[in-house]
Amino acid sequence: MSIKSAFEKDKLIHLVKTLRYSLYVIFHPFDGFWDLTHEKRGSKGAATILLALVLLTQVWTWTYSSFLFYWPQWEYFNLLMEIIPTVVLFSMWCISNWSLTTLMDGKGKLGQIYMATAYAMTPYILIRMPLVLISHLLTVEESSYYYIFSNFATIWCVLLVLCAMMMVHDYSLGKAVFSSILTIVGMMIIIFLIVMFFSLITQSFGYFISLYKEVAFRLY
Amino acid sequence: MTKLKRIITCILLMALTAVPVTVASANSSFYTYNYDFYDVQMESPDAYTPEALLLGSSLGIGDFKDPGAVFVRGNTIYIVDSGNNRIVEVDSNFNLIRVIDKVTIDGAESTFLNPKDIFVNEANELFICDSDNYRVLHVDYDLKLIKMYTKPEDDTFSAEQNFIPLKCAVDNTGRLYLLAANVNKGFLEFDKSGNFSQYIGANKVKVSLFEVIQKRLMTKAQRARMELFVPTEYSNLCIDIDNFIYSTTTTFDAGDLFNGLAAPIRRLNSLGEDILIRNGYEPPIGELWWDTGGDVSGPSRFEDITAMDNDTYYALDRIRGRVFSYDFQGNLLYVFGGLGNKFGYFQYPVSIDHMGTDLLILDNRAASLTRMTLTEYGSLINSGLKEYKEGRYEESADYWRQLIQMNGNYDLAYIGIGRALLRQERFGEAMEYFKAKKDFDNYSKAFAEYRKEWVEANVGYLVAGILALLLLPKLIRFIKKVVKGEVFK
Repeated sequence: MSIKSAFEKDKLIHLVKTLRYSLYVIFHPFDGFWDLTHEKRGSKGAATILLALVLLTQVWTWTYSSFLFYWPQWEYFNLLMEIIPTVVLFSMWCISNWSLTTLMDGKGKLGQIYMATAYAMTPYILIRMPLVLISHLLTVEESSYYYIFSNFATIWCVLLVLCAMMMVHDYSLGKAVFSSILTIVGMMIIIFLIVMFFSLITQSFGYFISLYKEVAFRLY
Repeated sequence: MTKLKRIITCILLMALTAVPVTVASANSSFYTYNYDFYDVQMESPDAYTPEALLLGSSLGIGDFKDPGAVFVRGNTIYIVDSGNNRIVEVDSNFNLIRVIDKVTIDGAESTFLNPKDIFVNEANELFICDSDNYRVLHVDYDLKLIKMYTKPEDDTFSAEQNFIPLKCAVDNTGRLYLLAANVNKGFLEFDKSGNFSQYIGANKVKVSLFEVIQKRLMTKAQRARMELFVPTEYSNLCIDIDNFIYSTTTTFDAGDLFNGLAAPIRRLNSLGEDILIRNGYEPPIGELWWDTGGDVSGPSRFEDITAMDNDTYYALDRIRGRVFSYDFQGNLLYVFGGLGNKFGYFQYPVSIDHMGTDLLILDNRAASLTRMTLTEYGSLINSGLKEYKEGRYEESADYWRQLIQMNGNYDLAYIGIGRALLRQERFGEAMEYFKAKKDFDNYSKAFAEYRKEWVEANVGYLVAGILALLLLPKLIRFIKKVVKGEVFK
């Protein structure tokens, strides 16, 4: 075994280990998130894999769930447009949170926030994936079971995110909740800025295009 | 470099999934169509085709002028020719029987002034809304007055308020239901002897917070003036075969249509409660795609309604000149018609009635009466519905199967076949049909049975599988021990 391949193997083992650590984190959030960032028990690679799994879960939920629970109109269904909101919201959360917590004595770096948030999504994957299969075993009358579990997953994720904020930034619970609310407000501001920016760009482009047309019309 | 390449490939692959799917664009140029589960217009074969057109001039009595209503009793058609102050009676082949322009009251003749509606009961007695004479005339077939309905002596009618009857209907016990102008408490109900008894079907008053504040801030004079602008609540009514009143309303907020606050079509019982069944994909509100153009915009406004003997009802939308047909469960059967000058299109349709399965539609602006007849497609739907309603699902499925040959987009047909299969305990096939048309409840019924059958058939495998799952780890541990030689220590 060459040194290089041994190194590659080590990296792979580390990745798998950090990925497996997500299972520890969701049941021991306080220890888990502390060690995740401070003891290097997690990795950004694993976080990215978790994020990809979240997207995969969503895609499978839309495409493979029983029609009693999801009935997309396939003629108008665009997978990319369905996925993008999740990715955009996730990255905006990280950026907005990082921007705010640096002003609020947060200890976390952007990478750590990314990692912790992604790890907090683990219950979503673990519960929603099997629910895709289970949805095919349920009738309309039994659909409340489905919704109980999917809501449970969401609540669990939210609580984990709060724990992650507390541990990553070394906050108290109240401050974590407060900073999370501020983060959501920050996300809205970002969206507003993006929309405004784009409309301004479009308008200025339109101005130059009409200017060009006018000039071309006068010259020829 | 390779990383960059990978990223580019990745982006390209994602872009592939993003290729927009071209969908047939929304258009309302179909003559007959239906709405599917997703509220998308689906073209369908014609259920009704125009057969004959009646003009006043073709009867040799001069053109109709501002005709207001059409009514059918037996094989006789009554056309209320409001502008000419007369009522024209024709037979089913559009031959003139007589022109009614006056009645005999105590030996003296009395003419009409702007009559708006007519109702004829089983005994061929006529009820005429003689609107601008402020009276409803009840006359026998020879036009001799039996009784007259005038302004009720009731506290709700102020002295200066005129009694302007607009639409009337009489049930088989002789009660007269009347829609009068400037009355917003519902229909006026008169008993058999001609006395006013009560209002029926009044709208529940909804007052928003804004209106409460607004009223508080207004002066007394302003408030008094505002009460004058109360719109007439109903636009028309008809009595169905079971003596219930089908009514239509045109005054509502478009936004209330989908949350159930506004009900443009109602079926009222004798207490004035709405008992219309609304089990369709959407409640019976008419148009779902509110395309805009010219004078056309917003939701449907039903001007008239007629209830068939098989409990289907046909509502006439004056906005887009279309007829909306619903079955007894509130499923949309088909929509047909449109605005235009061609045969089968309307300019300003105001009244609809039926003769057998034929429909008669009165166009106010074109001053014409159009007779529409049922096609083979339409009669298949009727036959299927009839069997279905009486619970003979197998027989109805035969009709539905024929119907699918003519229109593969007809949701009711699929659900009807599914119901028949469900009855025959062919649950798997039934599920396919229900799934195709997103019938959640029936699918669940079929699926529950299917699941039960499946579990009963495979209970052995299930138990074996669970046992295997429980025992396998133990077995593996045991084998490991054997291999390591720990067992014999």
